[in-house]
Amino acid sequence: MIELINIAKIYNSLVTPVYALRDINLTIRPGEIFGIVGQSGAGKSTLVRCINLLERPSLGQVWIAGQEITSMKTADLRLIRRQIGMIFQQFNLLAAKTVYENIALPLKFAHYSPSKIQTTLAPLLKLTGLTDKQHAYPAQLSGGQKQRVAIARALASQPKVLLCDEATSALDPQTTQTILQLLKDINQRLGITVVLITHQVDVVKSICDRVALLDQGSILEVADVVSFFTAPKADLTKKFVSLSLKHELPLLLQKRLSTQKKQNSHAVLRIIFKGQAATEPLIAHVMHEMGIHLNILQANIECLKETILGIMVVEVIGDQTPLPQGIDYLTDKGLQVEIMGYVDESIV
Amino acid sequence: MSTNLLFELFLSTGETLYMVFASGLLAMLLGLPLGVLLFSTRQTNLLPMPLLNKSLSLMVNMARSIPFIILMLAIIPITRLLVGTSIGTSAAIVPLSLAAIPFFARMIENNLNQLPSGLIETGLAMGGSTWQLIPAILLTEALPGMVGTLTTTLITLIGYSAMAGAVGGGGLGDLAIRYGYQRFDASIMILTIMILIVLVQGIQHLGDYWAKRLNHH
Repeated sequence: MIELINIAKIYNSLVTPVYALRDINLTIRPGEIFGIVGQSGAGKSTLVRCINLLERPSLGQVWIAGQEITSMKTADLRLIRRQIGMIFQQFNLLAAKTVYENIALPLKFAHYSPSKIQTTLAPLLKLTGLTDKQHAYPAQLSGGQKQRVAIARALASQPKVLLCDEATSALDPQTTQTILQLLKDINQRLGITVVLITHQVDVVKSICDRVALLDQGSILEVADVVSFFTAPKADLTKKFVSLSLKHELPLLLQKRLSTQKKQNSHAVLRIIFKGQAATEPLIAHVMHEMGIHLNILQANIECLKETILGIMVVEVIGDQTPLPQGIDYLTDKGLQVEIMGYVDESIV
Repeated sequence: MSTNLLFELFLSTGETLYMVFASGLLAMLLGLPLGVLLFSTRQTNLLPMPLLNKSLSLMVNMARSIPFIILMLAIIPITRLLVGTSIGTSAAIVPLSLAAIPFFARMIENNLNQLPSGLIETGLAMGGSTWQLIPAILLTEALPGMVGTLTTTLITLIGYSAMAGAVGGGGLGDLAIRYGYQRFDASIMILTIMILIVLVQGIQHLGDYWAKRLNHH
């Protein structure tokens, strides 16, 4: 649906050119929800604006639904933009226009007749739950309602793609969830490809199919959401993921963890369960049948889209000799086991 | 006070209103597009024309640098060319408009600058063209502010029109100088000042009312 080929955005400064984006190659498939994450200043906003050419890339090509748009004339580009809806962190609604007039604007630009606008908008108002609010002005709405108006407006011209620029970053956690639910609903019901950029990891976890990590203008990693969180490859992804999944040990315990195995030291393991494995009593088996005594230091269950993910940090108490067998057993069963380090005595 | 004088007071008020509203209308008709042009030619994604922007800006600054009373005298040949005479109320409209147009344009540019920066890119993302965005987004959103601009311009013009009166333009300023100052008639002086206060108050009040009504923030 969207293909970015060798995209670079270069700003010329006096001393050296500054790369806001470099060597971006990305394919976003039709119908998927694709997340682009990264710290602030990583280039996320610039990247998403390159998709509808609100920012012109300095190099490279952008393909939308099989059409190369970077070399298009302005008039043709406007037609393409009608197929790409966009919503923003600050909603960007027109304060002087009612909800209805706001949503109707893209259709007015496309020269729809008032009656055609009405028939197009009625189902959209219903989908976004705004039918009652259509005559209100944006100032009378809550943040969540404002973003709904922005979503309805972005969908008015029946686009194939919806770009979300930090769309939930100005909303409280509860409202964020309802907006994400709406986006997911739209994605499933209308088959619209959704690209969302965010620094909120929870957003990615709850709705994205695939994720890309952007750092200093380059894509470090692209993966489906489960692999992204369970088997991150790049160092920064690991950091990003562990921070977000909260399976780093508290600092106090981390300090006592050493990489050196000594006599009588205890191993500390991180065990990650995915899907089916999370429902089997595997830990109980290791403890009872193999004689490995585990002390749970931290445990957490995460939901990644439809996949259940369990993360547990345990300390192996007492006899360490059966440990390799235990790790093999758990790995065989599809769990991820990682030795985080060793501690001299029980760390709790 | 004689009826004759009262009639003259009435006439002068009419002349002042004529000068102010005629030049105000001209300022709006010519200053609005100029203000929009000043704003849009500076925007990289709207109508980027840096050279035109710089020259327009320079012209506006030059026109605004000249004190009104000097501008009025300096352009007498132009006034005579346009109106046929350089004396009288209609002739005063030329320098008044010429002073008000750049003033109005600069204030309109300010009104547009104060709009949230994301609005233009939102309009472009919708597939709107520059000529669709200007009326549908920029002018609509800036309307309450632009009403304020018009109010300020009209009030400034009342002040300028009194200066025009001093050099034969008629109106309340002329009356106040001829009777109040040169003939030491304090009551006329006070009366003209009172009428001017009422005019300014009235315009400000009306402007505030409309700006508030149009504002949906």
